[in-house]
Amino acid sequence: MRQRIVILGGGTGGTLIANRLRRLLRPGAVEIVVVDADDEHVYQPGLLFVPFGLAKPEDLVRPRQRQLRRGVVFRRAAVDRVDMAQDVVWLADGDSLAYDVLVVATGARLMPEETDGLCGPGWNEKVFTFYDLAGAAALRDALSAFEGGRLAVAVMDVPIKCPVAPLEFCFLADWYFLQRGIRDKVELTYVTPLDGAFTKPVASRELRGLLQAKNVSLVTDFNTGEVDGQSGRLISFDGREVAFDLSVVVPLHGGQAYVDRSPGLGDALGFVPADERTLQAKARPNVFVIGDAADVPASKAGSVAHFERGILARNIASYLVGEPFGVTFDGHTNCFIESGFGKALLIDFNYDTEPVTGRFPGPIGLPLLRQSRLNHLGKLAFGWLYWHALLPGHEIPAVRGPMPKAGKHLPRHPASARLPAR
Amino acid sequence: MSTTTYAGRPVDVSDEGFFVDPGQWTEDMAAQIASAEGITELTERHWQVIKFMRHEYENKGTGPTVRVLGKTSGVTIKELYQLFPKGPAKTAAKIAGIPKPRGCI
Repeated sequence: MRQRIVILGGGTGGTLIANRLRRLLRPGAVEIVVVDADDEHVYQPGLLFVPFGLAKPEDLVRPRQRQLRRGVVFRRAAVDRVDMAQDVVWLADGDSLAYDVLVVATGARLMPEETDGLCGPGWNEKVFTFYDLAGAAALRDALSAFEGGRLAVAVMDVPIKCPVAPLEFCFLADWYFLQRGIRDKVELTYVTPLDGAFTKPVASRELRGLLQAKNVSLVTDFNTGEVDGQSGRLISFDGREVAFDLSVVVPLHGGQAYVDRSPGLGDALGFVPADERTLQAKARPNVFVIGDAADVPASKAGSVAHFERGILARNIASYLVGEPFGVTFDGHTNCFIESGFGKALLIDFNYDTEPVTGRFPGPIGLPLLRQSRLNHLGKLAFGWLYWHALLPGHEIPAVRGPMPKAGKHLPRHPASARLPAR
Repeated sequence: MSTTTYAGRPVDVSDEGFFVDPGQWTEDMAAQIASAEGITELTERHWQVIKFMRHEYENKGTGPTVRVLGKTSGVTIKELYQLFPKGPAKTAAKIAGIPKPRGCI
């Protein structure tokens, strides 16, 4: 009998895994259905550039269905809930889809309403986010009208998508106001719940230095409890305040609402706990997760979904024929960090190795954790590669699979860089 | 890593003072760790959070973040900050004798 794989979500992760599975599995043996509530695939790395007029919102969106290979069925519907006991997805339009294998690829959801006052007076007037298209476009207009004052960039709490993006926003803002000749009138502050500029020691130190060099103040250990858009104040749970004239926030993230409506599928935040090596959901053996929707100790970043794709496709193929999993995910993540003035940094790491200096993917390659024009060009080129190489499933030379070690300045005692054991 | 003494017994702690081996922790150490963090008395509410931290660590291998604590421990984030003013997730993890909650990268 023909088996069916249902993939929830037609964004980066869902499209990547659908196209790879379609190449791997015979259409006569396995049907592949991708479900999404709309037909707008957003190139999310481009959102950062919109507020500075460096990208146009309409250029970042393409139809979801067009990114899927022939032979992948696209079903446009919102998901009501998953019934894992019956192996059925219930859609909001009343239909249902039975599955042999389910892949959760619905990413993360922005939840500004979960922070007191954030959606109140001042929202999209003095307080913005660039994490969605409408917000990024509204912020562009506000930035161009900004003539000086205190600009606070604040992360409400982790986990967030693309953890380096708010830092990149600070670096680009420094560049942007300098171009406009008003940098001396703008006081830039970066507000984070973390105890440093970033999570891992080497990257945190380098990025803190870069914030200092660009005259951006750093406020750490700040868990925002309330945003007062009227008086222009961020207020932490422990009673500290950061005053602003304009604030750019990264709202709280959670999984999609249907995850909460599906008994046993998600955790307290709506993310789906999965084995960090096999990407199999902890709830059921025939449920898998890719990308931001997963609760695994990797970054919520497109590159993670990219590196997960090959492993997940092979593991699903093994599962369908009742064979043991043959490959595992190492947590490989790769991020360009735009630093303004036509330059960027690059970080490359996995579960066991923190971001370090050196070069990628080998001794002759892009510099890691150091500003360079090459990295900036890499970041720009990636926009084209995303649509034309990555999503269709072509391999990008040198950017595939497990994290390369050649070229990296690794500590002498690798154990010191390891994450605490689970 | 270094060694310190709680309730008369040696324990291994990280540079930031978190337990390396949660198995070395016993309940009678909590008050001494708490007072070093500026908490003079551990109330029933403190203990609710401390026990929850141990439980979460045993099940998930890492202590919860403040946000997850607020959603799942039965204590609101506002009250958590009243109980542990220096930051609930880290302070409660320290008192509960579990490693520093793993930050998401």
